[in-house]
Amino acid sequence: MNNAVFVVGVGVISGIGNNVTECLDALEKGKAGINKINYLRTNHRDLLPAAEVKLSNNELSAICGFSPTTSRTAMLSMIAAKEAWDNSGVNKLPALRTGFVSASTAGGIDKTEDFFTHFLADKTKGKLRDIINHECGSITNMVAEKLGIKSHISTISTACSSSANAIMYGARLIKHNILDAVIAGGTDALTRFTLNGFNTLLVLDEHYCKPFDENRNGLNLGEGAGYVVLVSEHVASLLKQRPYCALSGYFNANDAYHQTSTSFDGDGPYMAMAGALMMSGLQPGDIDYINLHGTGTQNNDSSEGAAIQRLFHPHYPKMSSTKSFTGHTLGASAGVEAVFSALAIQQGIVYPNLRLEEPMVAFPFAPETAFSKQQDIKHVLSNSVGFGGNCSSLIFSKL
Amino acid sequence: MDKLIVDLKEQIAVQLKLKNIKPEDIGDDEPLFGAGLGLDSLDVLELIVLLKQKYKLRVTNPEDGLKVFKSVRTMAEFITANGVQNT
Amino acid sequence: MKTYIRSTVTISPQKTFNNPVFLNELTEYTSNRLTCIEPDYSEAIDPKLIRRMSRIIKMSVASALACLKDAEIASPDAIVTGTAYGCLEDTGIFLTNMVQENEEPVTPVAFVQSTHNTIGAQVALLIKCNRYNNTFVSSGASFENALLDAMMLLAENNTTNVLVGGMDEITDMSHIVLSRMGLYKRQPVSNLNLFNTNSKGTINGEGVAFFLLENTPSENDLACIDGAATFYKPEDIEGIKQHISAFLITQHINYNDINLLIIGNNGDAKNDEIYERLRQSVFNEIPSINYKHLCGEYPTSTAFATWLGANVIKNNNTPASLNNNYSPKTQINKVLIYNHYQNIYHSLILMSSC
Repeated sequence: MNNAVFVVGVGVISGIGNNVTECLDALEKGKAGINKINYLRTNHRDLLPAAEVKLSNNELSAICGFSPTTSRTAMLSMIAAKEAWDNSGVNKLPALRTGFVSASTAGGIDKTEDFFTHFLADKTKGKLRDIINHECGSITNMVAEKLGIKSHISTISTACSSSANAIMYGARLIKHNILDAVIAGGTDALTRFTLNGFNTLLVLDEHYCKPFDENRNGLNLGEGAGYVVLVSEHVASLLKQRPYCALSGYFNANDAYHQTSTSFDGDGPYMAMAGALMMSGLQPGDIDYINLHGTGTQNNDSSEGAAIQRLFHPHYPKMSSTKSFTGHTLGASAGVEAVFSALAIQQGIVYPNLRLEEPMVAFPFAPETAFSKQQDIKHVLSNSVGFGGNCSSLIFSKL
Repeated sequence: MDKLIVDLKEQIAVQLKLKNIKPEDIGDDEPLFGAGLGLDSLDVLELIVLLKQKYKLRVTNPEDGLKVFKSVRTMAEFITANGVQNT
Repeated sequence: MKTYIRSTVTISPQKTFNNPVFLNELTEYTSNRLTCIEPDYSEAIDPKLIRRMSRIIKMSVASALACLKDAEIASPDAIVTGTAYGCLEDTGIFLTNMVQENEEPVTPVAFVQSTHNTIGAQVALLIKCNRYNNTFVSSGASFENALLDAMMLLAENNTTNVLVGGMDEITDMSHIVLSRMGLYKRQPVSNLNLFNTNSKGTINGEGVAFFLLENTPSENDLACIDGAATFYKPEDIEGIKQHISAFLITQHINYNDINLLIIGNNGDAKNDEIYERLRQSVFNEIPSINYKHLCGEYPTSTAFATWLGANVIKNNNTPASLNNNYSPKTQINKVLIYNHYQNIYHSLILMSSC
């Protein structure tokens, strides 16, 4: 097995920007992307804020080259994956076995919603083109084809940890010498399905979310896509540019506690973080920054906080939830946050946790509230927790 | 109130898919959660939806829900106190 | 990456669950939709827990638990599932409610259980398995990716066994939609006569199959899985042959080492042309059996084919009910499953006797 896997390209689109530069700029200026819903047609637009990508389907179509009737999930995926792929320079190397591993929870359901409105009234109605790409896998296939990738295409869906598992799977395909390079991450558009789903679970904050605040009141949904380009040591050595970082550790664990809630003591997140640390050969004290899952729900932040306390007490690294900027982008979140983590290492950044007023009293630590640069960030831990107890953590390390 | 309680039992059995329990077997004061019917936090959310759909009543947080959903009787009392019966 | 099948359980449109005899009689369907023969779940799943489960979740959980029981493993080192459509019934319920109720609050349980990882998560929750848990939703390569993930895990540290499964369900709505896309036969046809129809369209199928794979042999293994590979939208028949030959090279075998092919013919004339051209060339002289008349066509049907292959190897014969006049001259050592799903994903799974 090959051992080292490097991050050599990054691409992202989210509520705070349409590419890496725009997102970094918003993170530095403390500008959240959460607003009144503008693009999604929903009855909840006046009540539930969300972090939408600030482009209509027509505008996305003009950028990515898909027809404007394509699922928004595919268009977001295409834009971020292409940015990562171009950024990596790997596309200029000949004859590599390249894969595309993409995660999603919603897939093409934004179009299925349109289909259903007509279909339910009359089973012979509804445009088939609106439902033909309902499956998450179809979205991945469309993007892979447009990127010219055929060697390996796969799609992962493990709720809100989906793209962490896509990045892990991509890295393992390289380590097992099945592929040389993988574009790995995830995509999810804001849809009525997920907005109404999370609304029935009573976990959506009607105001802007406040992750890890004592008075937090739920999450805001977001949308976007984030991808990293992973390569073997050999491929990295062929590139002119230095890798952003190495993917030095990862671990997937299941909380096995409840369908939607995480255990009180954070067993799942604890096992995921501890497992990733063990794989990377690091001690808790080596971690310089944690990109929290930090959704802003009562349950997640208590549980994730408890796990962090168990693992890191009494020496806590700097930490923050960038979901206070991007909202919770579900299946895309670990991809978006992997990009932010790689940039944190490359540029020595710690991101702020916006709107933190009163840190949670249960814990002796608090997230960072200010953007800082020129830090020596050697190791970043990124957490993801999903429905069904799916917990995954990734560790990115400076070379 | 008696008719409301009978209706509620029927609606609860349907909403929560209590296939092995006849609505009339649910006691008026039997605890819905914990030992009684063995319901859990996802059922609280289902009951919140039930109140919204059938009685136009809004319970906004699950903690309040636990008081309202102690038993069929407490649910009926909540409905009588707060809204117009709508079935 | 040779792995050992300790146990396998399937719920399919045939009498395959809790049936000690391997396909002793076939179930006939005369419509273009095959439906799984479900067991009485009261023995398989705690009645209290079954209340909310949709059909695909019940079938999957029952198969997964039975598979673990057969392997005498309480909790595996990993649970990996592959499903193209996921939990369609709950997705349909939530979407329907949302549209009909005009976005007023609707059933949260259907939303929660609509997520694709519900099955893997439910199994983990029921047996309190904290280990690796992953779900692939890669269209016609979902089961193959789950299998590849399992095989990689077994070659890595700390994993000696993996529960891996493939599953997809038909719902009334999905059948209407897929029928409108023209996938199925318009005239009634018996599944047992599927390969003699020479007409357009196939028959819709569904099923669940789980496997307990280990990285070391034991006395009770049914068969081995030597390797799995997929390829995407090959250019032409020569491209397909190249991929198959390349796969065999990585497995260090020749075509004539294969004792039996399990082939994905689905009764659609255009779809089956690919298989026919291979039978006339690289697959010439290799005995083959079909399987989609048993389970129908669906994106994870290769999970059923793998169940079939494992039992063929274990019995060292194909079931008489398949009526294929195949009698092995020697031990069945190598079985190759070749399938393509709508000529988008092609897959190869090589199995062997242990």
